[in-house]
Amino acid sequence: MTPFDINKVRSDFPILSEKAYGKTLVYFDNAASSQKPKVVIDALVDYYSTYNANVHRGVHFLSQKASAAFDAVRDKVKTFINAESEREIIFVRGTTEAINLVASTYGRKNIGQGDEILISAMEHHSNIVPWQMLCEEKGAILKVIPLNEKGELIMDALPELLTDKTKFVSVVHISNSLGTMNPVKEIIRQAHAKGIPVLVDGAQSTAHEIIDVQELDADFFTFSGHKILAPTGVGCLYGKLHLLEAMPPYQGGGEMISSVSFEKTTYNEVPFKFEAGTPNIADAIALGAAIDYWNQLDRVGAAKWEMELLKYATKLISEVPSVRLIGTADKKASVVSFVIDGVNAMDAGMFLDTKGIAVRTGHHCTEPVMNFFQIPGTLRASFMFYNTNEEVDALAENLTKAIALLQTHSVA
Amino acid sequence: MSSIKQIEEEIISDFELFDSWEEKYHYIIELGQKLAPLDDKYKVDEYKIKGCQSSVWLNGEERDGKLFFSADSDSTFVKGEIALLMMVLSGQAPEDILDAKLEFIDALGLRQHIAVTRANGLASMIKQMKTYAFAMTTANK
Repeated sequence: MTPFDINKVRSDFPILSEKAYGKTLVYFDNAASSQKPKVVIDALVDYYSTYNANVHRGVHFLSQKASAAFDAVRDKVKTFINAESEREIIFVRGTTEAINLVASTYGRKNIGQGDEILISAMEHHSNIVPWQMLCEEKGAILKVIPLNEKGELIMDALPELLTDKTKFVSVVHISNSLGTMNPVKEIIRQAHAKGIPVLVDGAQSTAHEIIDVQELDADFFTFSGHKILAPTGVGCLYGKLHLLEAMPPYQGGGEMISSVSFEKTTYNEVPFKFEAGTPNIADAIALGAAIDYWNQLDRVGAAKWEMELLKYATKLISEVPSVRLIGTADKKASVVSFVIDGVNAMDAGMFLDTKGIAVRTGHHCTEPVMNFFQIPGTLRASFMFYNTNEEVDALAENLTKAIALLQTHSVA
Repeated sequence: MSSIKQIEEEIISDFELFDSWEEKYHYIIELGQKLAPLDDKYKVDEYKIKGCQSSVWLNGEERDGKLFFSADSDSTFVKGEIALLMMVLSGQAPEDILDAKLEFIDALGLRQHIAVTRANGLASMIKQMKTYAFAMTTANK
């Protein structure tokens, strides 16, 4: 493995040499979606150009080739997150669908009237709403691990929140709006001590941490392909095999059945039981290419680079007058979220856009976090290993300009 | 007073001077910063249009058979958008406001930037202005 080289990795991503309004593109919206290396784009083109066919049901050349490539990805994912068996990997559209799947199957079967589901105060809406829907249906109660002012979970509150009624815990690994890295291993340890299964939302963590589901002892773990260099529309749910086997199916249709008659349908085995219909073959194959990319990358070097970027960006941005950082946890990854006194976040975000700098503004689908900090939203710069200090310089410099323009006359 | 269509044409020709999104952004921000302040009594929920990333307060008043708007927002850019809408619609007859197609918005080449209409509530502002116009035509019947 070659040591991490920023110039080399940047050249792997065609889009990074694109312009925005004729200006050098600076892409700091990685927490929303990562860019794709050429090998991932090529994998898509190659699939559609040379072996596009439906999988698992064809006796012909193309279908066999597509099936082999598709099946190989499950094994790659298994190794990538260190699952015990490739049968523990279920292809889904992304983290949102993965959480909905668990809520609709495991949740519907195991959670009843008066039971409690525990989430945290920094969850993305996709790890709130599916549980709220389940609670509404079952008469269950949603409990929340609170935050402190730094945007960290108040772990002292956890033992009391894990009650005899708690039937499930679902927490985010790294917060998309704050960047906080949560002590999920400790949460899992405490929950397991009371026999409660835990889902870890790894949408943000999978690109920044080396994931080992067995070491975490997570019962379920989810990630989205598009946030880890793969295309949109594909992601994975990991679940411990004995849990998956005991769960009812999610959607009905082809592929998920063993046999069908009008009297009785028997279901296919795990993981196919949860994968009704033609899977997202092309994007899954490209996810495999993304995992190959991660595997040849010096991930330790990349993580170190990212941490240095985060440190540098945190320093530079916090030094800009009128800026207040939101989310100052001791353990953070890849996100700098902030507000500016007297300046609307969207106005500043649009200013940065005119300069070719892509950030995100708003509540980042974490309205409860914004309510906690009593702000309508933040500007968020989120990094990937292909970002540079020079890009951070451009952000800080243009942020200062935005504030000078927008704050002078702003009344609000 | 010029007709809605005439004012739209004038704004379109003003915007033809701008080559880039950056120039248009600055112009709209400037319009926003110049927008006359809204009386505080209107900055309450009753007059509020909530967008995803900004809030707008809008009031409409009848004077001599014409409808006049005043507004504010916590976003300067959105105030600039309001200023553009007000240039076109404020002081017009309610029937004309109701009929206005406001095609100039597309002609300004801003659509991709405010494709976030969902986010900044431009569509809601237009709807609210038309609601005032509708209320006025109904009241006058």
